[in-house]
Amino acid sequence: MVEMVTRPYARAFEAYALANPEVLCLSADLTSSCEVDGFRDRHPDRFLSLGMAEQNMMSFAGGLGLAGFRPFLHTFGVFLYRRPYDQLVASVAYPRRKVRLMGFLPGVTTPGGMTHQAIEDISVMRSIPNMTILETGDATEVESICAAADSIDGPVYCRVLRGSVPRLFDTPIEVGKMRELALGSDVLVITAGITTEEALRARGALAKAGVSIRHLHLNTIKPFNDQALLDHLAAVRYGVVTLENHVTEGGIGSLVAEIMADHGVGKKLIRLGLKDTYAHGGSRPYLMHYYGLDAFALVAGIERLTGARFGITEADLDAVRIDAVHSAAKAEAL
Amino acid sequence: MKNMRATEEVALGIRRRVFEHTIRNNGGYLSQACSAAEQLAWLYNEELNIGEPTLPMIPAPFVGVPSAGNTAYHTGAGYNGPADPQYDRLFIAPAHYALAAYATLIEVGRMAPEGLQMFNKDGSSVEMIGAEHSPGMEVHNGTLGIGLSTGAGLAMGRRRKGESGRVWVFMSDGEVQEGQTWEAIQAAAFHGIDTLNAICDVNAQQCDGAMASVMEVRSIRAKFEAFGAVVAEIDGHDLTEMRDAARLPHPGQPLIILARTCPYQGMGYLKKRFPRLHYVRFKSDDDRAATNAAVSAELRVPPVAYTH
Repeated sequence: MVEMVTRPYARAFEAYALANPEVLCLSADLTSSCEVDGFRDRHPDRFLSLGMAEQNMMSFAGGLGLAGFRPFLHTFGVFLYRRPYDQLVASVAYPRRKVRLMGFLPGVTTPGGMTHQAIEDISVMRSIPNMTILETGDATEVESICAAADSIDGPVYCRVLRGSVPRLFDTPIEVGKMRELALGSDVLVITAGITTEEALRARGALAKAGVSIRHLHLNTIKPFNDQALLDHLAAVRYGVVTLENHVTEGGIGSLVAEIMADHGVGKKLIRLGLKDTYAHGGSRPYLMHYYGLDAFALVAGIERLTGARFGITEADLDAVRIDAVHSAAKAEAL
Repeated sequence: MKNMRATEEVALGIRRRVFEHTIRNNGGYLSQACSAAEQLAWLYNEELNIGEPTLPMIPAPFVGVPSAGNTAYHTGAGYNGPADPQYDRLFIAPAHYALAAYATLIEVGRMAPEGLQMFNKDGSSVEMIGAEHSPGMEVHNGTLGIGLSTGAGLAMGRRRKGESGRVWVFMSDGEVQEGQTWEAIQAAAFHGIDTLNAICDVNAQQCDGAMASVMEVRSIRAKFEAFGAVVAEIDGHDLTEMRDAARLPHPGQPLIILARTCPYQGMGYLKKRFPRLHYVRFKSDDDRAATNAAVSAELRVPPVAYTH
């Protein structure tokens, strides 16, 4: 079973912030939920509580950026773009402030339902000029997200995993570099965030069925290296399947579609993700299964792409990793 | 370059320039000059501790928006001098006051009169709604209610760096309808940001007309105080009251000066338009000519010669 790391962000942020005096820790009443409670207690001089007032926090952070600081904003992803969108654009994105937007609970990683699930954040952020988007898919990426984000000359939005996080990789995020997890020749599978683990779960069964998978994991969604993707597209026979913890409009499925269209790549594309729908509250495995974001949905997508039937059942996939909704690793049930 | 002229003279000059511009261009943000002339004149001519301008007297054309590749980009803050630690910074939170703010820069010798001729012309940085790159501007404030928050963040950052310069925000009363204003004040008070100062043009006007008819805001003073500011309430056309208000001690709290003003101060002829003064537009050639004759007489200048 994969190694599980408890609260990797908490340690990583503290170490990074202490080594970088211009980094400030901002929070909007979700301090323990974003794993910076220990930092707040140990380094109160570097912590700014902005309360449950995200519009002010966003413009305030723009002012801190103007003064030469690099504020890290900690809250749930949804609260970084839905309510304070105007402030995000005018006070942070336009002037290219070095504000680091640490968005927790990406997509369906929360049972909090519609109000807590950032399902269109990538779409929104991709369309904002000057914005960079990073997404973490494992504990190692969470551990390296602070340095990666803080290397950006401008604002950056990060999808951050919290709590108990699997370790899938042993090298830190290199901004702009996709991870090549398999180099097969039949189908290109592109995942990011928690969907990468799903694709890895399906790997063994697909190999047994004789499908040669080429698998890319994206941790940098914007800016994006078109040429690297084109090379991988050219190397597969059938086409590409994207699987994202996000709506299929404007996320990585759209990103791949745009690049294929721009370059006249005439291959089939299957975009898996939330299909023009909101999600509701429930456990992550339940939601991923219900909305077709899991390993089984990926297998079905690959079947659609290739026109083959592999006879893979859910039992053939590796065991679903179940997180207890209430665990010591999380501050609250959200 | 402070106090070369009396602040009253600067204020009159602001009204004259904005009036001339409005007649010449067949409309403009004229009432903002009526209500805010003393406040802007006082800020630039007396209160702000700012250095010599660092940008050309005649503004350079638009050089593009901020982007990773635009190395030529700069804000318009250089018209307020360098961002040195000891100097004050000013945000014009309601960017619709840009015309009056540009006129102020000219009156205090920080921009050439030619700058106003570039107002709202294609390819110019002297934009109608003051942009970050427009003369005297440092951040985008065209979306109302964000200026005070940005000022609070800048003041907090400057305090952490040990800078002695203050942050001043010129505000408008319409902004108190935005929830963000209250978020900003409570945060500034919570964090004891007393280097944040604001003067608010309380002219009781907004785009749709009188504020009382658009959205009643009740006592702005009581609300600002309740959220944690020290508040001074003054006649916004009385410079002595303005000077005294700025000296009000406010340790650990932001200072808000509520400047009660008249949106046709100095141009009584506009009173008949009240309460629709957000943007003065002429209904006919006769209206334009009559306004020209009457207001120029009030401002003691010859009528504006216009050709179109």
